[in-house]
Parts: sequence; C-alpha cells; structure tokens
Amino acid sequence: MNAATNPHVNYILRLADGSLVLAQRLSELCGKGPALEPDIALTNIALDLLGQARLLLSHAGTLEGQGRDEDALAYWRDAKDFLNPTLCELPNGDFAQTCLRAYCYVSWQAVLWAQLQQSSDAALAAIAAKSCKETRYHCEHLGDWVLRLGDGTAESHARMQRALDYLYPYTNELFDSDATDEAAAAVGLGPLPSTLAADWQAQVLPLLTEATLSVPATVPFHSTGRRGVHSEALGHLLGEMQVVARAHPGAHW
Amino acid sequence: MSFSAEAAWRALGGVPDPEIPAISILDLGIVRAVSCEDDRVAVTVTPTYGGCPATEVIREDICRALQAAGAREVAVTVQLTPAWTTDWLSEDTKARLRAYGIAPPAARAGQAQPLRFRPRIRCPRCESAHTEQLAAFGATACKALYRCLDCLEPFEYFKPI
Repeated sequence: MNAATNPHVNYILRLADGSLVLAQRLSELCGKGPALEPDIALTNIALDLLGQARLLLSHAGTLEGQGRDEDALAYWRDAKDFLNPTLCELPNGDFAQTCLRAYCYVSWQAVLWAQLQQSSDAALAAIAAKSCKETRYHCEHLGDWVLRLGDGTAESHARMQRALDYLYPYTNELFDSDATDEAAAAVGLGPLPSTLAADWQAQVLPLLTEATLSVPATVPFHSTGRRGVHSEALGHLLGEMQVVARAHPGAHW
Repeated sequence: MSFSAEAAWRALGGVPDPEIPAISILDLGIVRAVSCEDDRVAVTVTPTYGGCPATEVIREDICRALQAAGAREVAVTVQLTPAWTTDWLSEDTKARLRAYGIAPPAARAGQAQPLRFRPRIRCPRCESAHTEQLAAFGATACKALYRCLDCLEPFEYFKPI
C-alpha cells in the first residue's frame, strides 16, 4: 500500500512535512542574523521543528511498513509527494515575513498539539505531548517579534503589514478538510482542521490587533500543498535539502 | 558473570550530561528504567527536547559507561511518554546548576505562568533579582540568555518545560 492510499500515513506525513519544510526554511538563516541572539533563536526553533519532523517521519515510515525510515522519507521523495501546507514552503522574505509565517504556523501547531494529545494513535499522542511544550516557547518568541515590528517604526510596521497581506490567504489551507482529515476524525486520530479555526483566531487575532496590524479580508484563495500540489518554491527548497543525500547515497558521518 | 541493576544505576550516575557536565543524566531525570538479565542491560531514556542533538551522544555514553562497568550487551530504547519535564530536577540538582552558573527553572512547568508574564530570574552568581532577558533561546533550545544588572555578568537560564 503506498502513502497515497493510506489516510493514516498521509495524515502523519502532512504534519511531518510541515515541520520539516519550515525547519529547512528557518535553517537557511543560520549564520545570517544581524546579531547573534535572533539568529540562534530562529535556528533553535528550526531544531525543535526538525525534532518533531524526525519523530513523525519515523512513525509514518513504521505505519507504512515498506522499510522507509526518516531519511528515506525526507531525502528520497519528490515535491509532489510532500504534503506540507504551502505556507511552510514560501520563501523567507524579509525578517517580518520570516517571523510572521513561522508564527502563523506554530500557533496553529499549538492548537493542534493540544487536541492530538487525545489521539487514538498513542505514538502520535506522545509526540504531541512532547512538542506542545516546545511550541509554547516558539509562539512566545515569534509573537514577540510580530508585536515589536508591527507596533514599531513606520518602516517595520509597513513591512509587517505587507507580510500579513501576503501570508494571510495561505492560512486558509490550515483549516481545509478533505477525505484524509475526515478519515482521521472518524477514527479519533485527530480533529477536523475546520474545528481548529476558532481557537487559532482567538490566539492570533488579538496579537495582530495589539501589533496595530489590519487583518486582511477573507479571500477565496486556498493553497493545496497538503494535497501535494505545491508552489514553485518547494522544488528549490528540496533541491538544496536533498542534494547531499542524493549525491552520496548511504553516506554516514 | 551477572550484572546487577544497582551496578547499572551506579554506572549511569557517572555519565555527565554532554551540554551541562556539572550534572549527570540521572540528575536530569532522562533515565526512566533499567533492567538487567545476566550481563545484558536494557536502559530506557526519554529525550529532553525532541530535536536535542545531545541524545545521540548520550546513547553512546550510556553504552560506553555500562560496558566499562562490566555489561556485555547494552540496549538503549527511547520512550516519549511521559514527556520529560524540568519538574524532575531535584533541589540538589538545581543547586549544582546554580553553582555551575546556570539559573535553574524558576517555576514548575505544570503550573507555569502564561509566557507573556515572565518571572524574575535570580542571577546564579550574586542572587540579585535585578536581571533582564537578552534572548529567548541560548546556546541550546532548553536555555535562555540573561544578564545580571547588578554584577553585570551574563548567565543562562534553564527554562521550565
């Protein structure tokens, strides 16, 4: 059975790929921060996300039962087999966009981890309980930057508003439900994404308001990364992430 | 030759945390179970953070320490539940963290305040509460960077989780 026909594996891969792809994006900034502290903070968040991805990919590989481990799933799948939300793969852009994108995603994770601790999949519940504690610190740090830049200088405010206008439509996808989600909800694997929207908004909208940002009007646009239909950005990201593993198959440190 | 669980725990007490050598992996609370059968030892550990790069090193250190103590085979398994928490650090461990220059967690993770209201963290050197956070993440994800505004020394703070 391949991943496309196993909704349980698909459900885990969507979460794993979201963490992996965002970890890779944040890792791009390693050594590039204007000062040591924000650089280390973003790369530490990247490391936590990578930890989530490793646990989730290993679990997906076990469930799939075809002998694929975390490395096989991370390095040897192509873009169309990645199931992360498109939000995670968008380029970092400036520092405002980098922080806001990560904030939108980790605050969604916070809402989801809380519910997944009751998942019928014990391994997934354990990963959620572990990740939940770490995500709390990610939300705090990234939320602080959204607030500081949004309610900052005219320049930082304009950049954060521009980032919000660009990114907000991509958050629609986080609350879309399809057959995989319905199958997951039916067996108590995880909540229907549409049921997460109210909790996410209750967390995010007050912060955006406090940051003096205008929340864009709802648009009909829905990105489709969770179904394997991605923006052009993902292929470039994977090219960099996978090049060493593919150039030297089976290599060890 | 048989190998006792007491001997295994004693050997594990001598394995330092790779990032904070002032405390052992037992002090950290990451060793959850030890069982022995003849001279084979099975150790169950739980990671501090899911992505903590020290986990691999700890696994190797455990094998080395137990083999040096006479175990023939060592199996290390990782268990996620219950998730590790800084609440497992004893008062003695916190005192040793402080002596090493790291401020221990100031609150219990289970009852941690909303994160936007940060508690005052005491400087591990001069005990002043007149300190400020420099960065939410330090050299490792489990710590934050602080500065004492009285003795002016920077220090790390072990975050409750």
